[in-house]
Amino acid sequence: MANVRDHIRFVLNDEAIELASFSSSLTLLDYIRLQKSLKGTKEGCAEGDCGACTVLIGRLTQNGIAYETVNACIRFMGSLDACHVVTIEHLKGENGALHPVQQAMVNQHGSQCGFCTPGFVMSLYALWMSTPNPTNMQIERALQGNLCRCTGYEPIVKAAIEVSRSSDPVHDILNIEREKIVTQLNDMRDALRIEIKHGGDLIIVPCDVADLARARIQHPNSTIVAGSTDVGLWVTKHMRDISPTVFINHLSELHHIDVAPEGVTIGACVSYTDMQSTIKEHFPQMETFWNRIGGEQVRNMGTVGGNIANGSPIGDTPPALIALNATVALRSDTDQRTMPLKDFFIEYGKQDRTAGDFLEKIFIPYLKPEDTFAVYKISKRRDEDISALCCAIKMNIADGMMRNVSIAFGGMAGTPMHASQTEKLLEGNAWSLETIRKAKAGIDADFSPLTDWRASKEYRALAAKNILERFYIEMTEGRSAAQLDRDAILETAL
Amino acid sequence: MNQSVSKIKGGVHQNPKHDSAHKHVSGSAEYIDDINEPTGLLHAYFGLSEITCGTITSMDFSAIEAMDDVIGVLTADDINGHNDISPTGKKDDPVFAQNIEFHGQPIFAVVAKTRAVARKAAKLARVEYQTEDHITDVADAISQDYPLVTEPLTLKRGDAAQGLENSENRLQGNMRIGGQDHFYLEGHIAMAVPGEDDDVLVYSSTQHPSEVQHMVGHVLNIPSHAITVNVRRMGGGFGGKETQSNLFAAVAALAAKKYNQAVKIRPDRDDDMIATGKRHDFLVDYDVGFSDDGKITALDATFAARCGNSADLSGPVTDRALFHADNCYYYPDVVLKSKPYKTNTVSNTAFRGFGGPQGMLGGERVIEEIAYALGKDPLEIRKANFYGDTSRNITPYHQEINDNIIGKIVEELETSSDYQKRRKAILEFNSAKGVIRKGIALTPVKFGISFTATWYNQAGALVHIYNDGSIHLNHGGTEMGQGLNTKIAQVLADEFQVDLDRIKITATNTGKVPNTSATAASSGSDLNGMAAANAAEQIKTRLIKFACETHNVSEDKVSFVDNHVQIGDEKISFNAFINSAYMARVQLSAAGFYKTPDIHWDREAGKGRPFYYFAYGASVSEVSIDTLTGEYQIDRTDILHDVGKSLNPAIDIGQIEGGFVQGMGWLTTEELWWDDTGRLRTHAPSTYKIPLASDRPRIFNVSLADWSENREMTIRRSKAVGEPPFMLANSVLEALSMAVASEQDYKTCPRLDAPATPERILLAVEKMKGG
Repeated sequence: MANVRDHIRFVLNDEAIELASFSSSLTLLDYIRLQKSLKGTKEGCAEGDCGACTVLIGRLTQNGIAYETVNACIRFMGSLDACHVVTIEHLKGENGALHPVQQAMVNQHGSQCGFCTPGFVMSLYALWMSTPNPTNMQIERALQGNLCRCTGYEPIVKAAIEVSRSSDPVHDILNIEREKIVTQLNDMRDALRIEIKHGGDLIIVPCDVADLARARIQHPNSTIVAGSTDVGLWVTKHMRDISPTVFINHLSELHHIDVAPEGVTIGACVSYTDMQSTIKEHFPQMETFWNRIGGEQVRNMGTVGGNIANGSPIGDTPPALIALNATVALRSDTDQRTMPLKDFFIEYGKQDRTAGDFLEKIFIPYLKPEDTFAVYKISKRRDEDISALCCAIKMNIADGMMRNVSIAFGGMAGTPMHASQTEKLLEGNAWSLETIRKAKAGIDADFSPLTDWRASKEYRALAAKNILERFYIEMTEGRSAAQLDRDAILETAL
Repeated sequence: MNQSVSKIKGGVHQNPKHDSAHKHVSGSAEYIDDINEPTGLLHAYFGLSEITCGTITSMDFSAIEAMDDVIGVLTADDINGHNDISPTGKKDDPVFAQNIEFHGQPIFAVVAKTRAVARKAAKLARVEYQTEDHITDVADAISQDYPLVTEPLTLKRGDAAQGLENSENRLQGNMRIGGQDHFYLEGHIAMAVPGEDDDVLVYSSTQHPSEVQHMVGHVLNIPSHAITVNVRRMGGGFGGKETQSNLFAAVAALAAKKYNQAVKIRPDRDDDMIATGKRHDFLVDYDVGFSDDGKITALDATFAARCGNSADLSGPVTDRALFHADNCYYYPDVVLKSKPYKTNTVSNTAFRGFGGPQGMLGGERVIEEIAYALGKDPLEIRKANFYGDTSRNITPYHQEINDNIIGKIVEELETSSDYQKRRKAILEFNSAKGVIRKGIALTPVKFGISFTATWYNQAGALVHIYNDGSIHLNHGGTEMGQGLNTKIAQVLADEFQVDLDRIKITATNTGKVPNTSATAASSGSDLNGMAAANAAEQIKTRLIKFACETHNVSEDKVSFVDNHVQIGDEKISFNAFINSAYMARVQLSAAGFYKTPDIHWDREAGKGRPFYYFAYGASVSEVSIDTLTGEYQIDRTDILHDVGKSLNPAIDIGQIEGGFVQGMGWLTTEELWWDDTGRLRTHAPSTYKIPLASDRPRIFNVSLADWSENREMTIRRSKAVGEPPFMLANSVLEALSMAVASEQDYKTCPRLDAPATPERILLAVEKMKGG
């Protein structure tokens, strides 16, 4: 390798930092608390589920800079080159006063024990900057990744409303200094690969996708790190050594969303948040479901590619993507392989991978105008929970018949997969409650679900069958006949 | 002496913010892990057992000791005092276990230069065990006649057997009630700094600094005077830091003295949830007799609890379950029995309500059963059984209730929430038999205030006025977010009639106020508020005497008014007055003390007045369920709650909202799940689901019963607020139950167990369909 850089460069609040010689598993939270003595950011769970460690990360995009909330506990330092990290210590009001978001929290009695509070303030701050006049649902969505055990959340939601009415983010420091930061971050970029060695540990930050391909060939056993919402836990919970690591989240080529006539192609590093507007426009049936993937921080970090590549049987997106006949493109050096997503998952813990390859793109064909499509996620808690089971149903209902039936489940077997027996029982048959009820027998033929802490096998099987019925009622009588209507109640209460 | 209309900022009955609010929001409030670390700080980390029941046959630490930056391994052999931290003296709670009684029990600790090394090293021990059979579930403990961890209690009045025999109607049933993890956002942590002689300073995230002090002394075999425990604030407690902090503090102190370096210990969230106790799960059996009009005539109920491996606080917890099984209802002939069973699970402990919620929920299930049996609205049955004012007002523990306001609360709430009209609309909605069903329920709360361990009902405070007029406040209570410090400072501001910002609240410290009780049982402001007021009274008495002498006036001419002291016709600023008092050598410091009067409890006889007074409240919840999947949402909750004459209405509303949502979590999505090997598998927020902002009721109306005043002489006639609102969530479970019952036109009680996860709802719906 001709030219490599041996350090990362980033901005922490208002300090430009060069950091060399650190390990793959060094998290942003440990760095800011232990090395920088910024103690305002807290560790509540070390797995990205409580939000006490929420900070903002500004990253360069085609449109300048995007500030997003992330969980510092599972974010690795290796992913932060040319980023702006903003912690609670950066929030200030005029003349030493509190920042308007902080003041609103004080006014509304939004803190009790105070431990979760800095994380909530950061989430509210990001919401206020991106959505100055949020609805109740938007506030709840922004707070999905933050747990509070004291207040019952009511005063925190009120604080979000208060700051939206009292203050304008235009005058906020992150808006005033935006251009300066963009320049600063741009100056930190060069066309070099970064390689950081620390003892036996190796971090590679490739300079482009071709370089990523080379790095994977050089280090076929390397851990690919994109959003780190899963790999983060390998370190914080299982204390696994993940070196050598290849960080890919900064590669702009992998962030492309290509909207073509036949479907959408997304790069492996497109986050759930990045996808939001595309989902809304081209797959509106998935919008509500999309907002229930993780919490806001996890949606900002986590990638659709990672959700597939980690091979989990309970990932949220694979059932929908399988039902939609999505394909994935894997690349090894300069070779590309494309396969239907359903074939990517071989069995629990095993995917169709070759040494040194990586997932590059996902292609999702559009629904046909005559297709009916729905996605259902069943979990113990509605938001920010891992599904007990997840189901996507696509079919063409015409002339009272069901055709091209495509149904996929997650949480029902060792991999996300089609319910092929169930599909057969529906395919070409009459669109009626009777057929649907008969097809429930297909679920037992397709799956032998397990019992675990998320649900019993009995519940999984029963709910899977009933989801078929819900689909029928929803499509014939309307959504509110078969699903709880949270939004309506809340917005009318305002 | 005080003015009737106070002009000061932040006095009692006002709404000053939490004293640390501005620090919470800016991240500058210091928790133990944020304290600047002493040079050479070492870190300890527990090694946990990998079996559920058995004995250790060998431990090999060679791989640990070979690791860089490891300082050493602590085992039971390092303990000079007692390898025991049982809070009730039963010697059943080792620091390091040798006989393993639950999966994840601490057996040793690694001390290293960094926390990461200590944590990683703790996984490298090679421990061999002899495994024995285990029991994790209370039903198995009953059927296999497992031992009790502590003495059970029986409450008895009249002749229940005869009463049941004579009843017009009679039914039996049982109910499972799940436990709950505290999920304080700040996990357990302690840091010990060694000093000269036996001295050690311990920073502990604890609700009970005095007990941490005693336990450190017990384990290290040193007197209490050598140990100072300091608690500025906790990031949440909820009962989880009443006894469970002892373990961490003891090990930090042990290591600090052994290596003569400061030592910090902070478990990862998963290990915190695995190795520390939770709310008790219960199995309640009931046999109730009732009249045709729904009046209970006799009740025989047994409350069996999963206590875990040791007694811890299971005795008083199961006692309190019995004390609250009556809730607001009069039982003419009654016998209530507790069965605190041992199980091979982590020892369960205090948690907001302390057994009261489980007892009360059992009592409410009985009401529900009667309502469904008679085809009536459960609210009618409730009203028919409310305690009377002058008759029908004796509890199963023979305390006479003389402050009953539940009738008025329920009546007001029923009207303000439009209960009757909404219930009618829901019955109409459900009659369409759609996929979505609704339910509504109004449930009351009566909660007894005082520690049932009578000697705990005492408190101390230390107040200094410095010669610049600034005031230093210290008391025995601990701040865990409940706003206790703010309330006590308000009391002090009111006593001296000075602005709140003149008062500095300082960290709870065993060197300042000794022999304190746990900040628990909702008692914090009742006890410490009175102690602080007592300290202020002592200083004021001296100041008034000084004013009288120097100005030659009688005592009635001296008053504290609006940051001044009025002496005859002269009005002197508080600062100037204090300075002159100092110059005249008036003592400006006092230690205050308080003990709750008129309470007594004879556990043997099951008789007494364990509670000084009762706090009341009621809630109405409306829910929707999806009968295809069991998913649900809380559409609306209305609450009317009694806090007497509130010291700080804003803080009290925060306690009510927060308590309700926490209670709702307990009854809905928070599920503890053990696998067949005895491992708890819900030990992190990824698997254990506490409520989110989007789970709180879609519409949430909370009001204080602003007409209420405590009939007893509590601090400014306020009432305790920490625990009672938790049980307002009972209405959620019963509303869910009603929605399920619609499947059979409300002819059958669904007997919905808690927590009512979507799975339990769906399986209950299926049972109704099948039945």
